[in-house]
Amino acid sequence: MKYAYFPGCSLSGTAREYERSTRAVARVLGLELEEIPDWSCCGATSAHATDKLLSLALPARSLARADEMGLDVVAPCAACFNRLRTTVHAVRSDRKVRQEVEEVLGQPYAACSDAYALPDVIVNRHGLDNIVPHLKKSLGGLKVACYYGCLLVRPSAVTAFDDPEDPQTMDRLVRALGGEPVVWPAKTECCGASLSITRTRVVWQLAAQILTAAQKAGAEAIVVACPFCQSNLDMRQVQAQKWSGRRWNIPVYYFTQLLGVALGLPPGELGLESHFVDPLGVLRQKALV
Amino acid sequence: MSKAVLHLSEGTEPGFLREVEQEAGTRVSLCYQCGKCAASCPVSFVMDLEPYQVMRLVQLGARDEVLRSRTIWLCASCTACSERCPREVDVAATMDALRALARRSGYRPAEAQVALFHGIFLDNVRDTGRLHELGLMVRYKLRSGDLFSDLDVGLPMMRHGKLKPTPHRIRGVEQLRVLFARVRAREAAAVRQSTGADRESEAAAGGRPEKGGEGR
Repeated sequence: MKYAYFPGCSLSGTAREYERSTRAVARVLGLELEEIPDWSCCGATSAHATDKLLSLALPARSLARADEMGLDVVAPCAACFNRLRTTVHAVRSDRKVRQEVEEVLGQPYAACSDAYALPDVIVNRHGLDNIVPHLKKSLGGLKVACYYGCLLVRPSAVTAFDDPEDPQTMDRLVRALGGEPVVWPAKTECCGASLSITRTRVVWQLAAQILTAAQKAGAEAIVVACPFCQSNLDMRQVQAQKWSGRRWNIPVYYFTQLLGVALGLPPGELGLESHFVDPLGVLRQKALV
Repeated sequence: MSKAVLHLSEGTEPGFLREVEQEAGTRVSLCYQCGKCAASCPVSFVMDLEPYQVMRLVQLGARDEVLRSRTIWLCASCTACSERCPREVDVAATMDALRALARRSGYRPAEAQVALFHGIFLDNVRDTGRLHELGLMVRYKLRSGDLFSDLDVGLPMMRHGKLKPTPHRIRGVEQLRVLFARVRAREAAAVRQSTGADRESEAAAGGRPEKGGEGR
């Protein structure tokens, strides 16, 4: 299967291990990712907090290129996915919106291509049946809290990704890899994402709640599919520990990293060296690295 | 529970509800104050108004009260409120609309840092086409004066190669510059239109009471 690939800005910086592990996993699974030529930023929260039309026109620029490629789009970043999908939805459902977007964009945009989130593409569309034959290692019962956050699942009328209150896509993957997804209540809670830089303490508090919920459920690891979720739970975990006096020490992986480990890929190809909370300890315990 | 008391300081503006509903594309008037949005909201603990209070104030036309609030800037856009609202009010879209209206009406954002962040982010995208995270952080730190708070994570990020040192400039940067200029021009036109409409409605309230069902 072939997709137009929208990496998004974070994947060349704070989330570079997501980029590396996505590419590595896609190669093994035979998933072809063709990067959208000269793609531009989706505008993220800053655009939709500023101007609605801007927040639709920015993703539309890259989506129009995907239309030209004749391919559906896949985005690893949950925020990019959400903005791309919102744009496709808005342009398809309102003729006036389409006209306004085309006017400021200065080119036609018909919203032909669909936009999908990477976990949806890998687990649901490519399918577990096409993954299992490639597996080299079992996660050996590793207890994993699958954290979906906000932007993958909500608003469900737009994202059309799984159950918005109790999504299962990554849980099914973890089970197929030989891990044990824990039942926990913070799956779709918010990490504070865009407030990370401006209201850091709010993010510490939200991260503390999520990490505590994972710990109470017995999780040895958390998996995510979003650069903001990852950095707020991994990078900010160290700060939140100091701030709250609690201790979690839970590694936070991109789902592509755990998938990569089970596919037998070496840690270096999965960017496992650039975490804040040691990602290798629990994997060593299970003799996975 | 002092938070439950609403003070309507500046009087009300009947056209405000319609203006917000149009901008947000949702019917705020349907809100019946059940409070599910506040129960779902992850950041209500730092808000000055609970989300449902904002909805009520919009219904009442308390323009100033709403546009001066911290809440509209602190909303993290997680959309749990919109997903769960039993009246299907898109509360998160309403917060977006209120931020846009506050900006256009010249209100100083009650959460200056948040607005500053969004401004720097978008300037960066306009100028290069992609967000350069390191550039965003440095510019934000310099302009907010909050220089040292994240050094403990910044330096390891640098070591891990998680902060790309140089920005990437896309080839189509000119298209983006035009796109931003067109959006801004439309915004300016919307401001002119709404101030014109304000004067019209003031005049109508002063001398010409509207007759129901007749004319136009």
